[in-house]
Amino acid sequence: MVTTTTSPPPKGPDTEARRSKSTARPGDKIFLGLSRGSGITLLVIMAAIAIFLTYRAALAISKDEANFLTTSEWNPAGNPPVFGIAVLAFGTIVSSVIAMIIAVPVAIGIALFISHYAPRKLAAPLAYVVDLLAAVPSIIYGLWGAIFLVPYLDGLNKWLDEYMGWTYIFDKASDGLARNLFTVGILLAIMILPIITNVTREVFLQVPKMHEEAALALGATRWEVIRMSVLPFGRSGIISASMLGLGRALGETMAVAVVLSPSFVISGHLLDPGGGTFAQNIASKFNEANEFGRDALIASGLVLFAITLLVNGAARWIIARRKEYSGAAA
Amino acid sequence: MSHAIQDRPVQTAVRHDPLRHARLPRWSPLAIAAGSIAAGVGLGLAAGWHSRIQWGLLAALFFVLGTYAVTAKVEGSRQAKDRVATSLVWVCFILAVIPLLSLAWVTISKGLETLDPYFLSHSMNGVLDAEVGGGIYHALLGTIEQVLLATLIAAPIGLLTAVYLVEYGRGKLAQAVTFFVDVMTGVPSIVAGLFILATWNLMLGFGPSGFAGAMALAILMMPVVVRSTEEMLKLVPNELREASLALGVPKWRTILKVVLPTAIGGITTGVMLAVARITGETAPVLLLVFGTKLINENPFEGAQASLPLYVYEQYAVGTDAAISRAWAAALVLIAFVMILNLVARGIARWKAPKTGR
Repeated sequence: MVTTTTSPPPKGPDTEARRSKSTARPGDKIFLGLSRGSGITLLVIMAAIAIFLTYRAALAISKDEANFLTTSEWNPAGNPPVFGIAVLAFGTIVSSVIAMIIAVPVAIGIALFISHYAPRKLAAPLAYVVDLLAAVPSIIYGLWGAIFLVPYLDGLNKWLDEYMGWTYIFDKASDGLARNLFTVGILLAIMILPIITNVTREVFLQVPKMHEEAALALGATRWEVIRMSVLPFGRSGIISASMLGLGRALGETMAVAVVLSPSFVISGHLLDPGGGTFAQNIASKFNEANEFGRDALIASGLVLFAITLLVNGAARWIIARRKEYSGAAA
Repeated sequence: MSHAIQDRPVQTAVRHDPLRHARLPRWSPLAIAAGSIAAGVGLGLAAGWHSRIQWGLLAALFFVLGTYAVTAKVEGSRQAKDRVATSLVWVCFILAVIPLLSLAWVTISKGLETLDPYFLSHSMNGVLDAEVGGGIYHALLGTIEQVLLATLIAAPIGLLTAVYLVEYGRGKLAQAVTFFVDVMTGVPSIVAGLFILATWNLMLGFGPSGFAGAMALAILMMPVVVRSTEEMLKLVPNELREASLALGVPKWRTILKVVLPTAIGGITTGVMLAVARITGETAPVLLLVFGTKLINENPFEGAQASLPLYVYEQYAVGTDAAISRAWAAALVLIAFVMILNLVARGIARWKAPKTGR
């Protein structure tokens, strides 16, 4: 076969040329260009979000007659315009912290239940149910929260006020329905349970069987196995899962907008109606805002964006670090 | 059976068999549960509490304490801790199930009161707030158009990005894309809405439209599509790629004809789950699509309605008729999302063996 060809056997530079020709097929070039272009598009979108929000926010903040960070008033339509995010930052952080305090232990419990306690046959369907919980739209949580949860929590609020009122935070100073930061925190906890549970459960399932069996062989009870081998292994997973949940809670809009009766007051009395969060304030004030007012809302959205970026980035960083660590160990 | 409790002393058990702990009989958790429920109900009745949940909490408290006390006495404190941990884990699980069941029950029972073919096929044109009647046809139409547009934008970009990351991605750019896809997953929906508002509406001067909302939804959808597609492409065995390349098939054809078809089931599932996620998003729609009572078939011009936004608006109106409309719309929305979820997972299961071996 080789002898029949008339052309001389290809030499060094010639093969070089041929190979570069073969990889430079137009189809390949176009396809690589398209897929790389899509990746770059994603980066551009993220950059554009940061740039344009900052630009519009700068327009608003430059005309703000008060300190944007420490003012607890929102009146961009006033003369002079005065607005600040103190109340929003307070409300966002307080409601998210309440949500985390409730959701993290419960989520760990559910994750343990699915990974270590539930009967084998039940585990898969249960994980599926948790997934479904995550799929319920937030507006429906809001509707349920406002119509069903709020009246129910009224009773709990009265009870807390009566017996725990001395703690100051549970002192209900003013009357009114339970449309307060405490209720919002509980609702947010229910909403972020699935994501924390899912990530934590996956980490728990990765615990090396050897660790657990070694503990069992030493005579450990099931709880001791979990405490000595599962929880230490899953600690970074739990932390990053919690931070992902925190990111979700910080940015939640509609459920909070529906449940909370907002006011621009910072109050340590969690059971008093009032307060507000970044996202809720944007949704509630948007319709009545003129263009400048919208810029002011964008400014508050930028702060929210920055906070969630930090929280999520940190969570991802912890996950990535753990991946390296466990990869090295394997 | 009951003699196990009666001659409880640990010493006897140890004397019989030094390698064995004394164990509680198997029915003891049930007995303690029955006892604590009785105590909870009894005390609740005696104190005159109306809330059944308070009775339940009290019973649960008795159960945990009772289990600890009895087990500590018979089996030792380590076993007692183990049993308490078990019951706490169960309590956590039940705590999570209660709101889910309650939400499902309330939505279904209240939604079915108003939901009928008339509700699905009429808009709110000319319906007063306090008036019974009207429907969600305009909102359904709007949601479907917006979600379709968002999918048309987000799915190709997301797919190609995933292909880039798995098939081509080396070096700094790929790392950056991976990291920012993760970060993008956490962008709050209202921020995506604000971004489109700042650029499309405030700077370019367009009015509210279904398309503006679709762009914000696409931003939310992209990272989800990238993540799930990436996972699926990674599952495609390398031997398939190598076999195809060895036959002289160009890389792009290998990807299009071998890699993507192998993973298509999983990719479809991922896209559908992403669609389910954005269908329920209200915040960007509130900012960009604005909502209307009328049927607007053109997503590129003028305010449109949307199902989640409709729920919010009707709730905000607050009359009895409006609230029952909100529940019915919520039921339609939740059914839509759940059906998408179920079908997506069905496809994943149906197509799964192909990627397996």
